[in-house]
Amino acid sequence: MSSRPHIRIEMQSNPQYLAGARELISGVCRRIGFTEMCTSQIALAVDEALCNVMRHGYDKQTDRPIWVSLWPDTHAGKPEITIVIEDEARHVDPCQIKGRDLDDVKPGGLGVHIIREVMDRAEYEKRPGRGMKLTMVKKQPDHDKPGGECNCS
Amino acid sequence: MVVITPMGEISYSEATSFRAVLKRAADLGRPRIVVDLTRVEYMNSPGVATLVEALQNARRARARLILAGITPRVLAIFQIARLHTVFEIRDTLDAATAE
Repeated sequence: MSSRPHIRIEMQSNPQYLAGARELISGVCRRIGFTEMCTSQIALAVDEALCNVMRHGYDKQTDRPIWVSLWPDTHAGKPEITIVIEDEARHVDPCQIKGRDLDDVKPGGLGVHIIREVMDRAEYEKRPGRGMKLTMVKKQPDHDKPGGECNCS
Repeated sequence: MVVITPMGEISYSEATSFRAVLKRAADLGRPRIVVDLTRVEYMNSPGVATLVEALQNARRARARLILAGITPRVLAIFQIARLHTVFEIRDTLDAATAE
C-alpha cells in the first residue's frame, strides 16, 4: 500500500453526510470488482465506523472533522481495499473497543461487532496528539454468503 | 393489530423518530405489532437497535412484534448481528397480517 491514499475526503461529523460517504465507498468498490454483496457490507462497515465517531467520539457534535482515506487495489485479479478513518476525538484505549456479546440480545453495541464481522481486518489505534485511527482491510472472498459470513477469515 | 410502514432509510438520523413511532404503536396496547419493511432500503445498527428495543418492550407487554417484507440487503444486517432468529420474520405483509 502506498503511503499516499488514492482518495481522501474530509467530512464534518454530521449524520446527513453518511449516505454520501456510503455512496463513495460503494462506487469505488464496485468499480474495482467487488461483488454487490461485499460492496454493501464494506459500505455498512464504514457507515457504522462513522456513526461511532459521531455518536461516541464527538458526542453528537456535528461540526467536527473526520477523514476517510481509501487505497483500492487488486491482487491476482481480486479486488481489495484499505480504508482508514481518522478523527480528533478523545483517545480511547483500543483494547476497550469491542463488540458486545451477541448472545445478550439488547439494543446498542452492534457497530463494532458489525465492523469486525464484515471486514478482514479492523484495527483501532490512537493518533499522535489526539484522535483515533481505524484501519480496515477487505479482500473479495471466493464465495459470497449472505450476512456477515462472506469474509470471516 | 397495528401495522407500521417506514420508508427509505432507518439509520442514525432516523432512529429517534422511528423509536417514537414504535412506542406510540406499543402504547395502543394491541397484541400484535407488524413492521412492514418492504420499502426500507437501508438500515444500520441504530435502526436494528431500535427494533430490538421494541421487541423487548412488546415481550414485556405480552405482545408480538413481527417484521414483514424485509429485503435481502436489510436482512443481511440482522444476519451479521445474528438477530434474524430472534425476531419473528415473515416474507410479506400479507403473511404477517394473516396469522
